[in-house]
Amino acid sequence: MKTIVVIDYGIGNVKSICSALKSLGFEYEFSRDTDVIMQASGVILPGVGAFKHGMSLLEEAGLDKVIKKFAATGKPLLGICLGMQLLFEKSYEFGEYRGLGIIEGNVEKLAVEPPIKLPHISWNEIFPISNVAWTDTILENVPAASDMYFVHSFRGVPTDKDSILAEADYAGIKFCATVKKDNIYGCQFHPEKSAKFGLRIVENFFNLCEDKK
Amino acid sequence: MLKKRVIARLDIKNEFVIKGIQLEGLRKIGDPNEIAKSYYVSGVDEIIFMDSVAAYYDRNSLSSIISMASEDIFIPITVGGGIRSIADIQKALNSGADKVAINTQALKSPEFITEASKVFGSQCIVVSIEAKKVGSQWHAYFDNGREDSGRKVSEWAQEAELLGAGEIMITSVDKEGTKRGMDKALIDNLINLVSVPLIVSGGVGCMDDILETFISGVDAVALASVLHYDILHLGQIKDSMKQAGLKVRS
Repeated sequence: MKTIVVIDYGIGNVKSICSALKSLGFEYEFSRDTDVIMQASGVILPGVGAFKHGMSLLEEAGLDKVIKKFAATGKPLLGICLGMQLLFEKSYEFGEYRGLGIIEGNVEKLAVEPPIKLPHISWNEIFPISNVAWTDTILENVPAASDMYFVHSFRGVPTDKDSILAEADYAGIKFCATVKKDNIYGCQFHPEKSAKFGLRIVENFFNLCEDKK
Repeated sequence: MLKKRVIARLDIKNEFVIKGIQLEGLRKIGDPNEIAKSYYVSGVDEIIFMDSVAAYYDRNSLSSIISMASEDIFIPITVGGGIRSIADIQKALNSGADKVAINTQALKSPEFITEASKVFGSQCIVVSIEAKKVGSQWHAYFDNGREDSGRKVSEWAQEAELLGAGEIMITSVDKEGTKRGMDKALIDNLINLVSVPLIVSGGVGCMDDILETFISGVDAVALASVLHYDILHLGQIKDSMKQAGLKVRS
Protein backbone atom coordinates (compact mmCIF):
# COMPACT_ATOMS: atom_id res chain seq x y z
CA MET A 1 0.00 0.00 0.00
CA LYS A 2 1.46 3.34 -1.08
CA THR A 3 0.49 6.71 0.28
CA ILE A 4 1.43 10.06 -1.18
CA VAL A 5 1.44 13.04 1.15
CA VAL A 6 0.69 16.48 -0.26
CA ILE A 7 2.25 18.98 2.13
CA ASP A 8 -0.26 21.28 3.79
CA TYR A 9 1.49 24.53 4.60
CA GLY A 10 -1.32 26.99 4.04
CA ILE A 11 -0.47 27.92 0.49
CA GLY A 12 -2.69 28.62 -2.55
CA ASN A 13 -4.53 26.25 -4.77
CA VAL A 14 -3.80 22.64 -3.84
CA LYS A 15 -7.14 21.19 -4.77
CA SER A 16 -6.07 20.29 -8.31
CA ILE A 17 -3.06 18.22 -7.32
CA CYS A 18 -5.20 16.32 -4.79
CA SER A 19 -7.89 15.84 -7.47
CA ALA A 20 -5.26 14.56 -9.90
CA LEU A 21 -4.09 11.93 -7.40
CA LYS A 22 -7.68 11.01 -6.63
CA SER A 23 -8.69 10.71 -10.29
CA LEU A 24 -5.78 8.34 -10.88
CA GLY A 25 -7.06 6.21 -8.02
CA PHE A 26 -4.09 6.87 -5.71
CA GLU A 27 -4.19 7.09 -1.95
CA TYR A 28 -3.06 10.44 -0.68
CA GLU A 29 -3.15 12.57 2.43
CA PHE A 30 -3.05 16.33 2.71
CA SER A 31 -1.03 16.82 5.86
CA ARG A 32 1.53 18.80 7.87
CA ASP A 33 2.03 16.10 10.47
CA THR A 34 5.68 15.01 10.83
CA ASP A 35 4.91 11.32 11.35
CA VAL A 36 2.48 11.18 8.46
CA ILE A 37 5.01 12.86 6.17
CA MET A 38 7.93 10.68 7.27
CA GLN A 39 5.92 7.50 6.71
CA ALA A 40 4.76 8.53 3.23
CA SER A 41 5.85 6.57 0.18
CA GLY A 42 6.34 9.87 -1.61
CA VAL A 43 5.82 13.54 -0.86
CA ILE A 44 4.54 16.35 -3.06
CA LEU A 45 5.36 19.96 -2.20
CA PRO A 46 2.86 22.14 -4.09
CA GLY A 47 2.85 25.90 -4.19
CA VAL A 48 1.91 29.12 -5.89
CA GLY A 49 2.92 32.64 -4.96
CA ALA A 50 6.05 34.35 -3.72
CA PHE A 51 9.16 32.47 -2.56
CA LYS A 52 9.60 34.35 0.72
CA HIS A 53 5.98 33.78 1.69
CA GLY A 54 6.19 30.06 0.91
CA MET A 55 9.45 29.59 2.77
CA SER A 56 8.17 31.47 5.83
CA LEU A 57 5.09 29.28 5.95
CA LEU A 58 7.25 26.14 5.84
CA GLU A 59 9.54 27.45 8.57
CA GLU A 60 6.72 28.59 10.84
CA ALA A 61 5.25 25.09 10.70
CA GLY A 62 8.67 23.47 11.15
CA LEU A 63 8.11 21.76 7.81
CA ASP A 64 11.46 22.84 6.34
CA LYS A 65 13.27 20.39 8.61
CA VAL A 66 10.74 17.63 8.02
CA ILE A 67 11.02 17.96 4.23
CA LYS A 68 14.83 17.88 4.38
CA LYS A 69 14.67 14.82 6.60
CA PHE A 70 12.25 13.15 4.22
CA ALA A 71 14.47 13.99 1.22
CA ALA A 72 17.37 12.27 2.98
CA THR A 73 15.44 8.98 3.24
CA GLY A 74 15.82 8.48 -0.52
CA LYS A 75 12.05 8.29 -1.04
CA PRO A 76 10.64 10.34 -3.94
CA LEU A 77 9.91 14.02 -3.37
CA LEU A 78 8.27 16.22 -6.00
CA GLY A 79 8.11 20.01 -5.86
CA ILE A 80 5.64 21.74 -8.17
CA CYS A 81 6.01 25.36 -9.36
CA LEU A 82 6.90 27.36 -6.22
CA GLY A 83 7.34 23.97 -4.54
CA MET A 84 10.16 23.24 -7.01
CA GLN A 85 11.79 26.63 -6.44
CA LEU A 86 11.74 26.11 -2.67
CA LEU A 87 13.98 23.04 -3.13
CA PHE A 88 16.88 25.28 -4.20
CA GLU A 89 19.42 27.04 -1.98
CA LYS A 90 18.51 30.65 -2.59
CA SER A 91 15.99 32.84 -4.39
CA TYR A 92 16.35 36.40 -5.63
CA GLU A 93 12.63 37.10 -5.74
CA PHE A 94 12.06 40.52 -4.06
CA GLY A 95 15.40 40.28 -2.23
CA GLU A 96 17.54 37.31 -1.34
CA TYR A 97 16.05 34.44 0.59
CA ARG A 98 17.26 31.06 1.73
CA GLY A 99 15.45 27.99 0.43
CA LEU A 100 15.45 24.36 1.52
CA GLY A 101 18.83 23.75 -0.13
CA ILE A 102 17.94 20.21 -1.19
CA ILE A 103 19.05 20.97 -4.76
CA GLU A 104 22.17 23.04 -5.37
CA GLY A 105 21.48 26.22 -7.26
CA ASN A 106 19.47 29.41 -7.15
CA VAL A 107 16.12 30.80 -8.24
CA GLU A 108 16.41 33.72 -10.64
CA LYS A 109 14.06 35.92 -12.61
CA LEU A 110 13.34 34.97 -16.21
CA ALA A 111 15.42 37.63 -17.92
CA VAL A 112 13.02 38.56 -20.71
CA GLU A 113 12.95 42.07 -22.14
CA PRO A 114 9.80 44.09 -22.86
CA PRO A 115 7.49 43.69 -24.73
CA ILE A 116 7.82 40.06 -23.60
CA LYS A 117 5.60 39.68 -20.58
CA LEU A 118 6.07 38.23 -17.14
CA PRO A 119 4.69 36.10 -15.68
CA HIS A 120 5.16 33.49 -18.34
CA ILE A 121 1.62 32.10 -18.48
CA SER A 122 1.16 29.62 -21.24
CA TRP A 123 1.11 26.13 -22.54
CA ASN A 124 4.69 25.48 -23.53
CA GLU A 125 6.69 22.52 -24.77
CA ILE A 126 9.23 20.63 -22.69
CA PHE A 127 12.30 19.05 -24.26
CA PRO A 128 14.90 16.57 -23.06
CA ILE A 129 18.52 17.69 -22.81
CA SER A 130 20.55 15.80 -25.41
CA ASN A 131 22.32 13.31 -23.13
CA VAL A 132 19.62 12.82 -20.52
CA ALA A 133 17.11 9.98 -20.86
CA TRP A 134 13.61 10.18 -19.40
CA THR A 135 13.36 6.44 -18.80
CA ASP A 136 12.72 5.53 -15.17
CA THR A 137 11.99 9.15 -14.27
CA ILE A 138 8.75 11.07 -13.81
CA LEU A 139 8.91 11.95 -17.52
CA GLU A 140 8.93 8.36 -18.73
CA ASN A 141 6.60 7.94 -21.74
CA VAL A 142 5.95 11.66 -21.92
CA PRO A 143 6.67 12.56 -25.55
CA ALA A 144 9.31 15.22 -26.16
CA ALA A 145 7.70 18.58 -27.01
CA SER A 146 4.62 17.80 -24.92
CA ASP A 147 2.79 20.93 -23.84
CA MET A 148 2.71 21.74 -20.14
CA TYR A 149 1.00 24.61 -18.36
CA PHE A 150 3.36 27.24 -16.93
CA VAL A 151 2.59 30.21 -14.66
CA HIS A 152 5.77 31.79 -13.28
CA SER A 153 8.22 34.70 -13.40
CA PHE A 154 11.19 32.99 -11.73
CA ARG A 155 13.04 29.81 -12.59
CA GLY A 156 15.35 27.41 -10.80
CA VAL A 157 18.95 27.29 -12.05
CA PRO A 158 20.61 24.07 -10.86
CA THR A 159 24.38 24.20 -10.34
CA ASP A 160 24.71 20.70 -11.75
CA LYS A 161 23.51 20.99 -15.36
CA ASP A 162 23.14 17.22 -15.52
CA SER A 163 20.27 17.50 -13.09
CA ILE A 164 18.17 19.31 -15.72
CA LEU A 165 15.78 16.65 -16.95
CA ALA A 166 13.76 18.88 -19.26
CA GLU A 167 14.00 22.40 -20.59
CA ALA A 168 11.46 24.85 -21.93
CA ASP A 169 11.97 28.00 -23.95
CA TYR A 170 10.26 31.30 -23.30
CA ALA A 171 11.01 34.05 -25.79
CA GLY A 172 14.40 32.53 -26.55
CA ILE A 173 15.36 31.94 -22.92
CA LYS A 174 15.87 28.27 -22.15
CA PHE A 175 15.20 27.31 -18.59
CA CYS A 176 14.93 24.22 -16.41
CA ALA A 177 11.38 22.88 -16.63
CA THR A 178 12.04 19.66 -14.70
CA VAL A 179 14.90 19.00 -12.32
CA LYS A 180 16.00 15.61 -10.97
CA LYS A 181 18.63 14.94 -8.38
CA ASP A 182 18.51 11.33 -7.25
CA ASN A 183 15.12 10.94 -5.55
CA ILE A 184 14.26 14.64 -5.72
CA TYR A 185 12.15 16.04 -8.55
CA GLY A 186 10.83 19.47 -9.38
CA CYS A 187 8.50 20.68 -12.12
CA GLN A 188 8.27 24.38 -12.90
CA PHE A 189 4.99 23.77 -14.74
CA HIS A 190 1.79 22.39 -13.23
CA PRO A 191 1.40 18.71 -14.15
CA GLU A 192 -2.01 18.79 -12.47
CA LYS A 193 -3.14 21.45 -15.00
CA SER A 194 -1.41 19.94 -18.01
CA ALA A 195 -4.04 17.50 -19.23
CA LYS A 196 -3.15 13.94 -20.24
CA PHE A 197 0.65 14.11 -20.19
CA GLY A 198 0.63 16.14 -17.01
CA LEU A 199 -1.36 13.38 -15.34
CA ARG A 200 1.11 10.86 -16.71
CA ILE A 201 3.83 12.66 -14.75
CA VAL A 202 1.79 12.37 -11.56
CA GLU A 203 1.26 8.70 -12.34
CA ASN A 204 4.98 8.15 -12.99
CA PHE A 205 5.79 9.81 -9.69
CA PHE A 206 3.40 7.46 -7.93
CA ASN A 207 4.98 4.49 -9.68
CA LEU A 208 8.43 5.54 -8.49
CA CYS A 209 7.19 5.38 -4.90
CA GLU A 210 7.54 2.10 -3.10
CA ASP A 211 5.04 0.32 -0.89
CA LYS A 212 5.14 1.20 2.77
CA LYS A 213 6.98 -1.43 4.72
CA MET B 1 5.36 33.31 -29.61
CA LEU B 2 2.87 31.90 -27.15
CA LYS B 3 0.48 29.19 -28.20
CA LYS B 4 -2.93 30.30 -29.42
CA ARG B 5 -5.58 29.07 -27.03
CA VAL B 6 -9.01 27.67 -27.71
CA ILE B 7 -11.25 28.19 -24.71
CA ALA B 8 -14.69 26.71 -24.11
CA ARG B 9 -17.06 29.17 -22.52
CA LEU B 10 -19.94 27.77 -20.49
CA ASP B 11 -22.58 30.28 -19.45
CA ILE B 12 -24.46 28.94 -16.46
CA LYS B 13 -27.94 29.66 -15.12
CA ASN B 14 -29.62 27.63 -12.40
CA GLU B 15 -26.99 24.92 -12.64
CA PHE B 16 -27.41 24.42 -16.38
CA VAL B 17 -25.28 25.49 -19.28
CA ILE B 18 -27.40 27.94 -21.23
CA LYS B 19 -26.94 29.83 -24.44
CA GLY B 20 -28.76 32.87 -25.73
CA ILE B 21 -28.46 35.32 -28.54
CA GLN B 22 -26.96 38.68 -27.59
CA LEU B 23 -27.07 37.39 -24.01
CA GLU B 24 -30.90 37.16 -24.17
CA GLY B 25 -33.45 34.42 -24.87
CA LEU B 26 -31.55 31.76 -22.99
CA ARG B 27 -31.83 28.10 -23.98
CA LYS B 28 -30.83 25.17 -21.84
CA ILE B 29 -27.91 23.19 -23.23
CA GLY B 30 -27.14 20.66 -20.51
CA ASP B 31 -25.15 19.69 -17.46
CA PRO B 32 -22.07 21.90 -16.94
CA ASN B 33 -19.83 19.18 -15.57
CA GLU B 34 -20.61 16.70 -18.31
CA ILE B 35 -20.18 19.31 -21.01
CA ALA B 36 -16.94 20.68 -19.54
CA LYS B 37 -15.52 17.19 -19.24
CA SER B 38 -16.30 16.32 -22.84
CA TYR B 39 -14.54 19.49 -24.04
CA TYR B 40 -11.56 18.71 -21.80
CA VAL B 41 -11.29 15.21 -23.22
CA SER B 42 -11.55 16.61 -26.75
CA GLY B 43 -8.54 18.85 -26.19
CA VAL B 44 -9.79 22.31 -25.23
CA ASP B 45 -7.02 24.44 -23.67
CA GLU B 46 -9.03 26.13 -20.94
CA ILE B 47 -12.58 26.35 -19.64
CA ILE B 48 -14.46 29.45 -18.54
CA PHE B 49 -17.58 29.13 -16.42
CA MET B 50 -19.70 32.28 -16.39
CA ASP B 51 -22.60 32.68 -13.99
CA SER B 52 -24.98 34.57 -16.24
CA VAL B 53 -27.39 35.74 -13.56
CA ALA B 54 -25.05 36.36 -10.63
CA ALA B 55 -24.71 40.04 -11.45
CA TYR B 56 -28.28 40.87 -10.57
CA TYR B 57 -28.90 38.39 -7.81
CA ASP B 58 -25.73 39.39 -5.94
CA ARG B 59 -24.50 35.87 -5.63
CA ASN B 60 -22.36 33.36 -7.41
CA SER B 61 -23.68 29.85 -7.49
CA LEU B 62 -20.78 28.28 -9.28
CA SER B 63 -18.76 26.95 -6.34
CA SER B 64 -20.20 23.47 -6.40
CA ILE B 65 -19.91 23.25 -10.19
CA ILE B 66 -16.27 24.38 -10.08
CA SER B 67 -15.55 22.06 -7.24
CA MET B 68 -16.88 19.11 -9.24
CA ALA B 69 -15.20 20.25 -12.44
CA SER B 70 -11.79 20.43 -10.79
CA GLU B 71 -12.12 16.78 -9.77
CA ASP B 72 -11.78 15.56 -13.31
CA ILE B 73 -10.66 18.46 -15.49
CA PHE B 74 -6.92 19.06 -15.49
CA ILE B 75 -6.53 22.28 -17.44
CA PRO B 76 -6.87 25.91 -16.30
CA ILE B 77 -10.35 26.91 -15.16
CA THR B 78 -11.69 30.48 -15.02
CA VAL B 79 -14.79 31.54 -13.11
CA GLY B 80 -16.78 34.68 -13.81
CA GLY B 81 -20.06 36.31 -12.89
CA GLY B 82 -20.77 37.93 -9.55
CA ILE B 83 -17.17 38.20 -8.37
CA ARG B 84 -17.15 41.33 -6.23
CA SER B 85 -14.76 40.83 -3.32
CA ILE B 86 -11.43 39.35 -2.34
CA ALA B 87 -13.40 36.72 -0.42
CA ASP B 88 -15.30 35.78 -3.61
CA ILE B 89 -12.00 35.25 -5.43
CA GLN B 90 -10.58 33.21 -2.56
CA LYS B 91 -13.69 31.04 -2.61
CA ALA B 92 -13.42 30.48 -6.37
CA LEU B 93 -9.75 29.53 -6.09
CA ASN B 94 -10.41 27.22 -3.16
CA SER B 95 -13.06 25.47 -5.25
CA GLY B 96 -10.40 24.71 -7.84
CA ALA B 97 -10.45 27.70 -10.21
CA ASP B 98 -7.16 29.17 -11.43
CA LYS B 99 -8.46 32.56 -12.55
CA VAL B 100 -11.48 34.79 -12.10
CA ALA B 101 -13.17 37.02 -14.68
CA ILE B 102 -14.44 40.32 -13.33
CA ASN B 103 -16.73 42.76 -15.13
CA THR B 104 -19.40 44.63 -13.14
CA GLN B 105 -17.36 45.08 -9.97
CA ALA B 106 -14.34 46.27 -11.94
CA LEU B 107 -16.44 48.97 -13.62
CA LYS B 108 -18.00 50.00 -10.31
CA SER B 109 -14.68 50.23 -8.50
CA PRO B 110 -11.65 49.95 -10.78
CA GLU B 111 -9.28 49.83 -7.77
CA PHE B 112 -10.67 46.35 -7.09
CA ILE B 113 -8.60 45.11 -10.05
CA THR B 114 -5.44 46.43 -8.43
CA GLU B 115 -6.30 45.05 -5.02
CA ALA B 116 -7.15 41.62 -6.43
CA SER B 117 -4.02 41.41 -8.57
CA LYS B 118 -1.86 42.35 -5.60
CA VAL B 119 -3.35 39.64 -3.42
CA PHE B 120 -3.55 36.84 -5.97
CA GLY B 121 -1.15 37.90 -8.74
CA SER B 122 -2.16 39.39 -12.08
CA GLN B 123 -2.09 35.92 -13.70
CA CYS B 124 -5.26 35.22 -11.75
CA ILE B 125 -7.25 38.29 -12.77
CA VAL B 126 -9.12 38.44 -16.07
CA VAL B 127 -11.05 41.64 -16.71
CA SER B 128 -14.13 40.78 -18.72
CA ILE B 129 -15.57 43.51 -20.94
CA GLU B 130 -18.99 43.31 -22.58
CA ALA B 131 -18.75 45.53 -25.63
CA LYS B 132 -21.78 46.93 -27.39
CA LYS B 133 -21.80 49.41 -30.21
CA VAL B 134 -23.31 52.78 -29.37
CA GLY B 135 -23.21 55.09 -32.38
CA SER B 136 -19.71 54.86 -33.78
CA GLN B 137 -18.10 53.67 -30.53
CA TRP B 138 -18.16 50.58 -28.38
CA HIS B 139 -19.25 50.98 -24.78
CA ALA B 140 -18.50 48.67 -21.87
CA TYR B 141 -21.74 47.16 -20.59
CA PHE B 142 -22.44 45.40 -17.31
CA ASP B 143 -25.12 43.26 -15.68
CA ASN B 144 -24.82 40.75 -18.51
CA GLY B 145 -24.98 43.21 -21.37
CA ARG B 146 -27.94 45.19 -20.05
CA GLU B 147 -26.48 48.36 -18.57
CA ASP B 148 -24.27 50.88 -20.31
CA SER B 149 -21.39 52.10 -18.15
CA GLY B 150 -20.85 54.92 -20.62
CA ARG B 151 -17.17 54.01 -20.82
CA LYS B 152 -15.41 53.52 -24.13
CA VAL B 153 -14.17 49.95 -24.49
CA SER B 154 -10.78 51.00 -25.87
CA GLU B 155 -10.09 53.29 -22.91
CA TRP B 156 -11.43 50.86 -20.34
CA ALA B 157 -9.34 47.98 -21.70
CA GLN B 158 -6.16 50.06 -21.45
CA GLU B 159 -7.03 51.24 -17.97
CA ALA B 160 -7.82 47.68 -16.83
CA GLU B 161 -4.38 46.59 -17.99
CA LEU B 162 -2.67 49.42 -16.11
CA LEU B 163 -4.67 48.56 -12.99
CA GLY B 164 -3.29 45.02 -13.01
CA ALA B 165 -5.46 42.80 -15.22
CA GLY B 166 -3.48 39.75 -16.35
CA GLU B 167 -5.75 39.13 -19.32
CA ILE B 168 -8.63 40.91 -20.98
CA MET B 169 -11.67 39.11 -22.32
CA ILE B 170 -13.86 41.01 -24.78
CA THR B 171 -17.36 39.76 -25.49
CA SER B 172 -19.19 41.38 -28.36
CA VAL B 173 -22.77 41.66 -27.08
CA ASP B 174 -23.97 42.52 -30.60
CA LYS B 175 -22.50 39.35 -32.12
CA GLU B 176 -22.86 37.03 -29.13
CA GLY B 177 -24.80 33.86 -29.97
CA THR B 178 -25.50 34.96 -33.55
CA LYS B 179 -22.92 32.64 -35.17
CA ARG B 180 -22.52 35.31 -37.88
CA GLY B 181 -18.88 36.10 -37.33
CA MET B 182 -16.95 38.04 -34.73
CA ASP B 183 -16.87 41.82 -34.48
CA LYS B 184 -13.75 42.30 -36.54
CA ALA B 185 -13.74 46.07 -36.25
CA LEU B 186 -13.96 45.85 -32.45
CA ILE B 187 -11.06 43.39 -32.31
CA ASP B 188 -8.91 45.40 -34.72
CA ASN B 189 -9.61 48.46 -32.62
CA LEU B 190 -8.24 46.76 -29.49
CA ILE B 191 -5.49 44.50 -30.69
CA ASN B 192 -2.71 47.06 -30.60
CA LEU B 193 -3.98 48.88 -27.54
CA VAL B 194 -3.45 46.16 -24.96
CA SER B 195 -0.31 44.14 -24.39
CA VAL B 196 -1.72 41.53 -22.01
CA PRO B 197 -3.30 38.48 -23.66
CA LEU B 198 -6.60 39.23 -25.33
CA ILE B 199 -9.41 36.67 -25.25
CA VAL B 200 -12.26 37.35 -27.64
CA SER B 201 -15.73 35.94 -27.52
CA GLY B 202 -19.00 36.27 -29.41
CA GLY B 203 -20.13 35.47 -32.91
CA VAL B 204 -18.06 32.51 -34.07
CA GLY B 205 -20.11 30.46 -36.53
CA CYS B 206 -17.51 28.68 -38.64
CA MET B 207 -13.85 27.77 -38.85
CA ASP B 208 -12.92 30.81 -40.91
CA ASP B 209 -14.20 33.09 -38.15
CA ILE B 210 -11.76 31.44 -35.74
CA LEU B 211 -8.78 31.48 -38.10
CA GLU B 212 -9.36 35.06 -39.19
CA THR B 213 -9.54 36.18 -35.57
CA PHE B 214 -6.33 34.41 -34.57
CA ILE B 215 -4.50 35.73 -37.60
CA SER B 216 -5.49 39.26 -36.57
CA GLY B 217 -3.35 38.68 -33.47
CA VAL B 218 -5.60 37.70 -30.56
CA ASP B 219 -4.24 35.17 -28.06
CA ALA B 220 -7.36 33.19 -27.36
CA VAL B 221 -10.86 32.66 -28.68
CA ALA B 222 -13.65 31.65 -26.31
CA LEU B 223 -16.21 29.43 -28.03
CA ALA B 224 -19.72 28.55 -26.99
CA SER B 225 -22.43 28.03 -29.65
CA VAL B 226 -20.22 26.27 -32.21
CA LEU B 227 -19.21 23.72 -29.59
CA HIS B 228 -22.57 23.43 -27.81
CA TYR B 229 -24.48 22.91 -31.08
CA ASP B 230 -21.85 20.53 -32.48
CA ILE B 231 -21.04 22.80 -35.42
CA LEU B 232 -17.30 22.46 -34.92
CA HIS B 233 -15.21 19.90 -33.08
CA LEU B 234 -12.10 20.71 -31.09
CA GLY B 235 -9.87 18.28 -32.97
CA GLN B 236 -10.93 19.80 -36.26
CA ILE B 237 -10.36 23.35 -34.93
CA LYS B 238 -6.84 22.54 -33.75
CA ASP B 239 -6.00 20.82 -37.05
CA SER B 240 -7.17 23.79 -39.09
CA MET B 241 -5.23 26.15 -36.87
CA LYS B 242 -2.05 24.11 -37.35
CA GLN B 243 -2.58 24.07 -41.11
CA ALA B 244 -2.95 27.84 -41.01
CA GLY B 245 0.50 28.00 -39.40
CA LEU B 246 -0.68 28.90 -35.90
CA LYS B 247 1.08 27.49 -32.86
CA VAL B 248 -1.34 25.35 -30.88
CA ARG B 249 -1.20 22.84 -28.07
CA SER B 250 -1.46 19.39 -29.57
